[in-house]
Amino acid sequence: MAAPRVLLLLAAAALLAVSSVGDASGEGPRGRKLLVLVDDLAVRSSHSAFFGSLQARGLDLEFRLADDPKLSLHRYGQYLYDGLVLFAPSTPRFGGSVDQNAVLEFIDAGHDMILAADHSASDLIRGIATECGVDFDEDPEAMVIDHINYASSEVEGDHTLIAGDDLIQSDVILGSKKIEAPVLFRGIGHAANPSNSLVLKVLSASPSAYSANPEAKLASVPSLTGFLKSGVQKAGSKMSHDKAGNEQFVTETSKWVFHERGHLKAVNVKHHKVGETNEPSMYRINDDLEYSVEIYEWSGTSWKPYVADDVQIQFFMMSPYVLKNMSTDKTAVYSASFKVPDVYGVFQFKVEYQRLGYTGLSLAKQIPVRPYRHDEYERFITSAFPYYAASFSTMGAFFIFSVAYLYHK
Amino acid sequence: MAEPVANAAAPAPAPGRLRNAFGGVLCAFTLILIGVLAFSIRLFSVIKYESVIHEFDPYFNFRVTQFLSKNGIYEFWNWFDDRTWYPLGRVIGGTVYPGLTLTAGSIWWFVNALNIPLSVETVCVFTAPIFSAIASWATYLLTKEAKGTGAGLMAAAILAMVPSYISRSVAGSYDNEAVAIFALVFTFYLYVKTLNTGSLFYATLNALSYFYMVCSWGGYTFIINLIPMHVLLCIVTGRYSSRLYIAYAPLVILGTLLAALVPVVGFNAVLTSEHFASFLVFIILHVVAFVYYIKGLLTPRLFKMAMTLVITVGLAVCFAVVAILVALVASSPTKGWSGRSLSLLDPTYASKYIPIIASVSEHQPPTWPSYFMDINVLAFLVPAGIISCFLPLSDASSFMVLYLVTAVYFSGVMVRLMLVLAPAACILSGIALSSAFDVLTRSMKFQLSKLFDDGPAISGNGSPNGSSASTVNTSSSKNEKTEKSEAAPKEKQSKKNRRKDKEVTESVSVKPKKEKRLSVLPLEASIVSTLLLIALGGFYVVHCVWAAAEAYSAPSIVLTSRSREGLHVFDDFREAYAWLSHNTDVDDKVASWWDYGYQTTAMANRTVIVDNNTWNNTHIATVGTAMSSPEKAAWEIFDSLDVKYVLVVFGGLVGYPSDDINKFLWMVRIGGGEFPHIKEPDYLRDGQYRVDAQATPTMLNCLMYKLCYYRFVETDGKGFDRVRGYEIGKKHFKLTHFEEVFTTHHWMVRIYKLKPQKNRIRGKLKKLKSQSSKTSSTLAAGRKKNPWQ
Repeated sequence: MAAPRVLLLLAAAALLAVSSVGDASGEGPRGRKLLVLVDDLAVRSSHSAFFGSLQARGLDLEFRLADDPKLSLHRYGQYLYDGLVLFAPSTPRFGGSVDQNAVLEFIDAGHDMILAADHSASDLIRGIATECGVDFDEDPEAMVIDHINYASSEVEGDHTLIAGDDLIQSDVILGSKKIEAPVLFRGIGHAANPSNSLVLKVLSASPSAYSANPEAKLASVPSLTGFLKSGVQKAGSKMSHDKAGNEQFVTETSKWVFHERGHLKAVNVKHHKVGETNEPSMYRINDDLEYSVEIYEWSGTSWKPYVADDVQIQFFMMSPYVLKNMSTDKTAVYSASFKVPDVYGVFQFKVEYQRLGYTGLSLAKQIPVRPYRHDEYERFITSAFPYYAASFSTMGAFFIFSVAYLYHK
Repeated sequence: MAEPVANAAAPAPAPGRLRNAFGGVLCAFTLILIGVLAFSIRLFSVIKYESVIHEFDPYFNFRVTQFLSKNGIYEFWNWFDDRTWYPLGRVIGGTVYPGLTLTAGSIWWFVNALNIPLSVETVCVFTAPIFSAIASWATYLLTKEAKGTGAGLMAAAILAMVPSYISRSVAGSYDNEAVAIFALVFTFYLYVKTLNTGSLFYATLNALSYFYMVCSWGGYTFIINLIPMHVLLCIVTGRYSSRLYIAYAPLVILGTLLAALVPVVGFNAVLTSEHFASFLVFIILHVVAFVYYIKGLLTPRLFKMAMTLVITVGLAVCFAVVAILVALVASSPTKGWSGRSLSLLDPTYASKYIPIIASVSEHQPPTWPSYFMDINVLAFLVPAGIISCFLPLSDASSFMVLYLVTAVYFSGVMVRLMLVLAPAACILSGIALSSAFDVLTRSMKFQLSKLFDDGPAISGNGSPNGSSASTVNTSSSKNEKTEKSEAAPKEKQSKKNRRKDKEVTESVSVKPKKEKRLSVLPLEASIVSTLLLIALGGFYVVHCVWAAAEAYSAPSIVLTSRSREGLHVFDDFREAYAWLSHNTDVDDKVASWWDYGYQTTAMANRTVIVDNNTWNNTHIATVGTAMSSPEKAAWEIFDSLDVKYVLVVFGGLVGYPSDDINKFLWMVRIGGGEFPHIKEPDYLRDGQYRVDAQATPTMLNCLMYKLCYYRFVETDGKGFDRVRGYEIGKKHFKLTHFEEVFTTHHWMVRIYKLKPQKNRIRGKLKKLKSQSSKTSSTLAAGRKKNPWQ
């Protein structure tokens, strides 16, 4: 085929703890400097549409050859780039100080990456993919074949160009505009372990797809089919097609990958007793309190209030004692008020907000809850009046008795 | 030490008044010296090490005292501590015996009010020695009540340096027992004093002193059970008197009311079985008092009739009440007793049911050598003291005997209760020594005077002259003793004299003969015996000084060892705590076995999961389970508790035996008690606990093993554990969920950090990895981040 089959693997790293605070000034959640590693500078022009769309959105791309000996991801402990685009599927090893570990550490440090691979994927690329939870078919000649959902092709019986339209149902990842045409794909198959909770399948092939070497005689197709039907995930191709949704798919997913969409931040966590404004260092059992947090979403250009009705607050000590939906007033402020349970201990205000496509919000704020002070109990209890009466009458009686005993006659 | 006693006891041949004054001054001087001795013998730890708080519990007390001195008493009372028992927290004000803290806090406040700028720590370090001095004075008072000044001084001197007490009260050992022993002895003194005088004043003081004891130590239940026992004993032996009533009834009423004021006791003062005996005896005492009253009113015949009537009715009522009580008590699972008390009554109880009590070394029964170590020659003197207490048996001396007997039993159950035995042993030994010296010096004097008067006369028994002289002597010395209680009101004295007179008339027919026989010993025998007794005392002193200097002065947070190269100091604990306090976030949680909880909060100021106040068994079991689980399960447990760091104590490199590996079996037991998937046999090979090549796979894969022995093989290449004395079983392994962040100089404390949750989960292909490691060795060879292997 003329154009390389490109497979995008989107690793939106650092799903945890991205509630970056303090940048309410219109700064985006991510920097704009990307490193694009290619194994041939011709890729720059052959995929100009893709790179063009990235640059058009203001991303600052730096193209380097994958085996550039001066390659380095960080200097003086600071990362030089905010994202990585690996368009070097066949490169056996990176140049400079970059290796598989460096790339993985880069991801673990909270950076994003787009990885492209085709049938010539090197062990290095496969290794990175595997570490991220995606396994490529080990047979380098294998391709995804689908005899039902295939796109038309010149060669009769060659069903390696498949049309995928099993997209993930998420406006955040794929944009609000629906991708009408199917995404055409030709290339190597890959699978993700269904038990892996950290991998999202944005685009899957149909259940009838399987991975095999189209040139070889197949002996055991059915057994493979079962495994791969759930496996094929995000795929895209630069191949032009009359009705292909590839360009839109790739553009929208790359927006998501580089946090131009679906990035939430929570700021201004406040809590105080009802009727007060100061934040106490400790609550007492049965206090009434109010909790509020502002949640914004990055729209690509500015922070917009995030509107949802399912953000919940937990008052948590080993298990949630209070679990409540927070109400919002459309100005990003979510608030809830509740009564502290009648249990003392070290509690946490917890907001755990994990929604498909959005960065997770995981706020935890520790707050101790103390029992009553000695002088905060009720002084006189109505039901104890008989006892008060008994004790005081006994005292009085004893006094009278003493007087009578001592001074009578 | 023997001389002053002998002097004080032996009457000088001078007119009464001057002699008394002389004796009083001498006695006061001796007491001051005893106080100085008690204080200074406890300073070895400061001289040899430094002025630090020792061990574990004292660190908690120190922290509480700091809080008290900073925030005042009301804040202390309401203190909810969110830095321990995370996430449960602990209401310190309501769960701590505040006596020690309040005492030290008041001392600190007082000296600062005098513009003496002492730090809280200094005050805490020296509280125990100060109170040891006061305790020996209290012992003097108590023994004096029972057997006179001579015995009192003797007992005080012995108590001032008894090793058992030193072990709990050296400078820096800032624990409840430090003031509790004083409170215990002083309460007994006031009880005996009330018993001797029948004064309501002392009875009230007694209740207050009991209150102080309740504030100070959970051992107050010993008082509230021993005194009823003694009262019962007096009643049974027909020694009931109005003095007994005054000594006991106010104590129960006032004492119980006051005890209920202490938050940690509260309603326990009337609800738990520990206090039950006192109320029962209270009722019996009233019944007996009533019977005596009736007896006085009625003629003997009528009285007999009334008795039979009352007894039949009373027995019926008693049966009903007892039946109800038994039913009530039996319906509660622990029979209304706390675990510690139950293990006192049934020594095997704890080891059977409560591993957390059994796991504490000081709750173990003592071994025989520990008796010789802790009370030394007193063990031999005590029987003599008991005999002496029976000559004659008074209320006070019977109390001493009873105290000793019960204390011996309790000390046999729990080694820490040796501390309660120590004052009893000292008092009885003091009595024994004093009586012995009394007898010996008297017979010497008698013989000598004979020698000078009659020349070589018969030094045998039963010369009429001698017998009369000796009786005169004894009675006069008795009178001196009573008179010598300085500045006592006349009234009291006369009361006492009345009593004494009665006693003397009672016993005069029997006693003089006995004393005569005992008192007049051959001169040579007397001299030799005196010398031998002095030598015995000398040995005791030498032993005590040795014990104070060598055995009991180690602060246990700083260790030393002497080798050929010289003195080695192991300061790893403080190194580790300092690391924690400087390198971790202030709200980080540190998990360790509970032994180190108090120290971590006090020294590192970090939140801990469990600490030495073992109030929540489940929480401790959770930590125990985590330590006995494989790495991943442990990580999950710790993560659910928000733990950031895990601290283990490891002695294998330097041979420090009380490390976590040696305590590990208790973690398994306690963990397994709550979480049955932890099974002790999984960690034992053929019933043997071992961590060498023979160890079970469960043992070699548990978190504790891994955290202790991680990289251990790098030290000597073999992994030879110097505590266990063999090479460890699994030497080369990697940690996947924990990372080592700090190991102290001698590897005694190792701190690990929980790795954060994985950012990505690895795919399945393993073949690829091996290929890639072949092709590009730099990539895969150095990888450490494989999460699930």
